[in-house]
Amino acid sequence: MLGYIIRRILAVIPVMVIVAIFVFLLLRLTPGDPAAIIAGDSATPAQIQRIRESLGLADPLHIQFITWMGQLAQGDLGTSIISNQPVTRLIGQRIWPTLQIGTLTIILSVLIAVPLGVLAAWRHRTWADYAVMTFSVLGFSIPVFVIGYIFIKIFAIDLRWLPVQGYTPPGQDLQAFFTRAVLPCLTLATIYIALIARMTRASLLEVLGEDYVRTARAKGVKEHVVLFRHALRNAAVPIMTIIGTGFALLISGVVVTESVFNIPGIGRLTVDAILARDYPVIQAMILLTSAIYVFINLLIDISYTFFDPRIRY
Amino acid sequence: MTFIPRDFSHTVFKKGRAAIVAAALAASTAIVPSGTALAQDGQTITAVMHSGLRVLDPIITTAHITRNHGYMIYDVLIAMDDQFQVHPQMAEFDVSDDGLTYTFTLRDGLTFHDGEPVTAADAVASLQRWGERDSGGQLIFDVTESLEASDDKTITWTLTEPFAPLLDVVGKQSAVPPFIMPARVAETPSSEAVTDYTGSGPFVFVEEEFEPGVSVTYAKFEDYVPRDEPANWMAGGKIVNVDTVRWVTMPDVQTAMNALVSGEIDYLEQTQIDLLPILEASPDVVTEVRDPLGFQTMGRMNFKHAPFDNEQIRQAALMAMGQEAVLATLVGNPDFYDQCGAIFGCGTPLATETGAETLTSGGDPEGARALLEEAGYDGTPVVLMQPTDVTTLTAQPVVVAQQLRDAGFTVDMQAMDWQTLVTRRASQSAPSEGGWNIFFTNWAIPEINTPIVNPMVNGRGDDAWFGWPEDEPLEELRAEFIAAGTPEAQAEVADRIQAHVIDVVNYVPLGQYLTVQARRTNLVDMIQSPVPVFWQIDKSE
Repeated sequence: MLGYIIRRILAVIPVMVIVAIFVFLLLRLTPGDPAAIIAGDSATPAQIQRIRESLGLADPLHIQFITWMGQLAQGDLGTSIISNQPVTRLIGQRIWPTLQIGTLTIILSVLIAVPLGVLAAWRHRTWADYAVMTFSVLGFSIPVFVIGYIFIKIFAIDLRWLPVQGYTPPGQDLQAFFTRAVLPCLTLATIYIALIARMTRASLLEVLGEDYVRTARAKGVKEHVVLFRHALRNAAVPIMTIIGTGFALLISGVVVTESVFNIPGIGRLTVDAILARDYPVIQAMILLTSAIYVFINLLIDISYTFFDPRIRY
Repeated sequence: MTFIPRDFSHTVFKKGRAAIVAAALAASTAIVPSGTALAQDGQTITAVMHSGLRVLDPIITTAHITRNHGYMIYDVLIAMDDQFQVHPQMAEFDVSDDGLTYTFTLRDGLTFHDGEPVTAADAVASLQRWGERDSGGQLIFDVTESLEASDDKTITWTLTEPFAPLLDVVGKQSAVPPFIMPARVAETPSSEAVTDYTGSGPFVFVEEEFEPGVSVTYAKFEDYVPRDEPANWMAGGKIVNVDTVRWVTMPDVQTAMNALVSGEIDYLEQTQIDLLPILEASPDVVTEVRDPLGFQTMGRMNFKHAPFDNEQIRQAALMAMGQEAVLATLVGNPDFYDQCGAIFGCGTPLATETGAETLTSGGDPEGARALLEEAGYDGTPVVLMQPTDVTTLTAQPVVVAQQLRDAGFTVDMQAMDWQTLVTRRASQSAPSEGGWNIFFTNWAIPEINTPIVNPMVNGRGDDAWFGWPEDEPLEELRAEFIAAGTPEAQAEVADRIQAHVIDVVNYVPLGQYLTVQARRTNLVDMIQSPVPVFWQIDKSE
């Protein structure tokens, strides 16, 4: 297992190098000039060119690339062209809200979705199954910002139970953190509950048709033991896959939800950087996102061994 | 809700909108119950501004949010009031009889946020850096013999020839005002952003709490010594009544409005006109026009390439355009826009509408078609750039494209994001090779209100603003304006510049529109001004 993990981690290096080259070239081929953005509307071409030169954007592409790779090798993600702040500082400020909201969302989703999926599979083709599936379809179909606005209208504007927007770090005020996290987590969880519940139901239905489940029931094993110990554990591999992928999606930024609830996460950081052609920030964010995906996939693969002893690395 | 009544709006644009809006602001602040205690300590104003602050150097960029940031933490030597009159701010000023020597004397008590006194050497270094960046400043430095600190408090600016609008340029409030920084900071090249944010203004920038594009915090500068005069636009006493001002960015307008209604924020710099009913329904919120002048929306053609390298075809294009359709599509509610043919903006001292009759009367497509035929237009497509991600710039291209088509032009409207447009407009290539023929943008009126500050009114070819007109007569007229010694003489030259600009179609003014701000009713005494400022404003418990 340890050898497998080390091999997987080493395999990340060429992946990241390829991503870095691809991202660098893609950005330079995209129209847009950060110098013109900084200079503003009334700047003359000569003024823009001076700013371009001072930012190193007038250098040949290969020089810019070598400079950037040199910085990366030293663990330096560079400095934002627009705000003049170190990219590590910007990411450090914005990663925590995303991580916290993402983690809470996925916990909430799993706690609700797995029992719903089990219920739907257990009570297959009954009103409970249809209710769960109807919710699942709705959860997929309604755009996340619509759900967000509906929750804001009900819980923040009409009932005044929760704040409309914002983020408070848990270290500053834990209660304020949770009250501000409730609505975005519920909003995001709607989709993930739908997704995970559907996957749980499908996987469990497949397993419940297996011979060993019938045997367990024939032996008189209690139904909840059949469901949770025999069936659910064997259905866990695809469920874990969908949970892991969902978590990676959440961590890599949920721009719409961050905008609707005014959460200063990395989704907004990335979009703002793209709109401003802030190359160092975009490059760092894409590298970070790639790393997150690789890492979470590794965790998912490792988790399979706990649920299915037949899987060995 | 406080609006400028429609019946008055056009008159006010021309004669004195400021007075009406000031009265409206004063009336709206009266909503606060009498006897409400106004807090003097421990108060924080949370404001949602029109954009997130990212660039912190107000000299390197013309972005409005950075200019507003500049007014928070820096001070200026002289400043303009709502009548466009220049007043002392950090310094008293004196002009020699021959108009060649300007002397600025710093007032007592000026200190930077680090406790160091503000000296004339700081002001000289700041003016020099500003002069490398600002187009008006460059014109002054073109005729500068010397700029020096005669002593710790005295700045002497000597010219080789008179430059009558010097005080207007140094005292302007937009786009790049000459903010005074410590000399060590002002020595940063003007093409590089400063990294030391020490100012001497009424607020201190709290660097450790700054999150670019998310939030910025300003603390009251306890050692700031305000002037005695009442605050008026950027002039007068900057008395701070709150401890902290926090600007936060909310990318979603609906969220910002909900946050204001629920009391989570105190102030919203710009609202969407079509969402105003939501705010009007709240008894705790006041909506109002803070900036009585608003913005000019305009189109600029490329003089380097066909078909707009032909003056007659440019004239046909101008004749095809009508402001009403553009403004109605852009703004919607006629309470918040006015047709205005003045290139220097209606409501300003130099405003005249000479030559702009077709623009303000719906356009003349038939006349445009005849002129186009006479000019021998061969159907060369007009590459019209349409930004799709800036709400205040999406309507103009669509409407004008149709107006041009109605007059017989072939139009190739190309959709793109604003940043692509910003890059592409700098290209002098042919439209078929990545260049362009026409684009649109908006200006705050103080950015265009004189021939010196207006970026488009420049005929220096490749050194001019995008579109690059080579226009010797325009440069001669600008020189005449600079030499004109009296306001009357300046107005006379400005009228000729207006006529010339419209005649050669240097650019096309497409009208003027207002924005609406919203605040909680317990936020009172906000100054009416094109720049939202946080001195004088107070917040009740």
